[in-house]
Amino acid sequence: MQRRLKITIVESDPARAALIEESLLRAGPYDLNIVSDMTRLTAAIKSINPDIVLIDLDNPSRDALEELTLATAPLDRPVALFVDQSDANLTRIAIEAGVSAYVVDGLRADRLKPIIDAAVARFDMFRQMRTELAATKRALEERKVIDRAKGILMKAKGIDEEAAYALLRRAAMDQGRKVIDVAEALVSTAGLLS
Amino acid sequence: MTTVIPVGFVPLIDAAPLIVAVEMGFDRAEGLTLDLRRANAWSALRDMVSFGQVTAAQMLSPMPVATALGLGGAGAPLAAVAVLSTNGEVVCVSMAMQQRLHAQGYDFDFDDAHAAGRALIAAADGPLRIAVPFPFSMHAELLYHWMTALGLPAPANLDIRTVPPSLMAAALASGEIDACCVGEPWGSMAVEQGVGALLLPGSAIWAGAPEKVLGVRADLAERDLEPVQALIRALWRAGQWLGDPQSRTTACAMLSGRGYLDVPSEVIDRALSGHLTITSRGDTRVVPQFVDFGRYTPQAEHAAWIAGRLAARLGLNRDTAQRAAIATYRTDLHRRAVQTIPGYVPQPIPHDRSFDGQEFSTAPLD
Repeated sequence: MQRRLKITIVESDPARAALIEESLLRAGPYDLNIVSDMTRLTAAIKSINPDIVLIDLDNPSRDALEELTLATAPLDRPVALFVDQSDANLTRIAIEAGVSAYVVDGLRADRLKPIIDAAVARFDMFRQMRTELAATKRALEERKVIDRAKGILMKAKGIDEEAAYALLRRAAMDQGRKVIDVAEALVSTAGLLS
Repeated sequence: MTTVIPVGFVPLIDAAPLIVAVEMGFDRAEGLTLDLRRANAWSALRDMVSFGQVTAAQMLSPMPVATALGLGGAGAPLAAVAVLSTNGEVVCVSMAMQQRLHAQGYDFDFDDAHAAGRALIAAADGPLRIAVPFPFSMHAELLYHWMTALGLPAPANLDIRTVPPSLMAAALASGEIDACCVGEPWGSMAVEQGVGALLLPGSAIWAGAPEKVLGVRADLAERDLEPVQALIRALWRAGQWLGDPQSRTTACAMLSGRGYLDVPSEVIDRALSGHLTITSRGDTRVVPQFVDFGRYTPQAEHAAWIAGRLAARLGLNRDTAQRAAIATYRTDLHRRAVQTIPGYVPQPIPHDRSFDGQEFSTAPLD
């Protein structure tokens, strides 16, 4: 029987961490633990001594993990960013999905594949959710600014909402700018005058 | 028709050439459209370049060298094809350390690296704990050089550790570190948040130290010359534009944008003007050459120096390391690109010395 692999998930959002945990447990029996406190990251990982560390590709704390790629003491187990030499695509797919895997020296690629596959599926989902959320948030913010700009115009010129929006659109077209940019300029200028 | 090139950057003032190239249209003048992608981690940028998610990226000057020495990362070899910025770092101390330095009678002249370093060493309470943003960074190299030149042995009495810039303020406030060395605007932001005071600009330790480079995959530098050369030319124009003092206000406004640094333009202006606010009480100091965007040519001496230092610290063969490092700084390719710019005049290469009189040099190599 092979020893169970010990996997550490670095993730400060508990909901995301739970989802990654769940999909890894479906992929096989692993010893899982989660590190959520980024300020003690390297110390935590050194004491857990995992075989694999999974972390969001663009997590700023990855840069601190890079220290672990240097074995500074004789008993240290240096880790490396996982790159499968026999199947170069696996790492590329992982990076596209936004997950990076740090692996201890000498771990065989075939033991890793199901883990990376499971993590990739999760991170792909996170990425889609994040893109959608960002787009929705931006649209909402823009609507708020445009609504405020309309309100300012309605009050200042005694016009209705439709006329206020038409005014904003015309100004944007004349200046070759977006409606949101004109609205933003108006709101911040009005802030100075009030 | 323009070629779209995805390029990665980290929100720092030295991403300025990339941001300015887009905002001023220097990219389109070279037949390119830069698609800038903001990243939060240097390792993410390195991997995105290695695995082809971006064509090029802003990198810390030791990153291509470290990759060539097999330190960190695991992807393709990297090449530095331009120097995006020179200096622009600050050493920032915690409030507790600032008080100890004050109590010692240190006057925070923000200029003399000998005096600042000796004061810092004297004020240390146990090993000096200093954070840098990445293990392979000019920040780390400047600190090791500065402290060891003043007689502080590393690693016995000097603990240089990696803390992401977004967590630096918290680390200073909690007392986990005594100081940090970071790129602007992070130092000024720590002052703004009342958790730190600026001790020294990086230029006082080694004026002329290359801070950020433009990194591409080494095989791309060989294979796909034209877009890379056009990118080198576009960023040269951006650097020239940034060198004109009249551009400063506009540049600060561009950099402060929500999609870029997302910090007040007034804070960015401190670094670009060299008028830094060093304490939360509002004390200011002027640094004539705080950051420079005009020293654009990658230099073999710099790569060799970085490799020599990494090799000595990590127990690698020095000659092999330096040869591998020099091959990553593609001065040849860089020259071919800039020479085709009408009116381009090569800058004379200044001989910069560190605060203790050392030279960047390839020493045992010919």
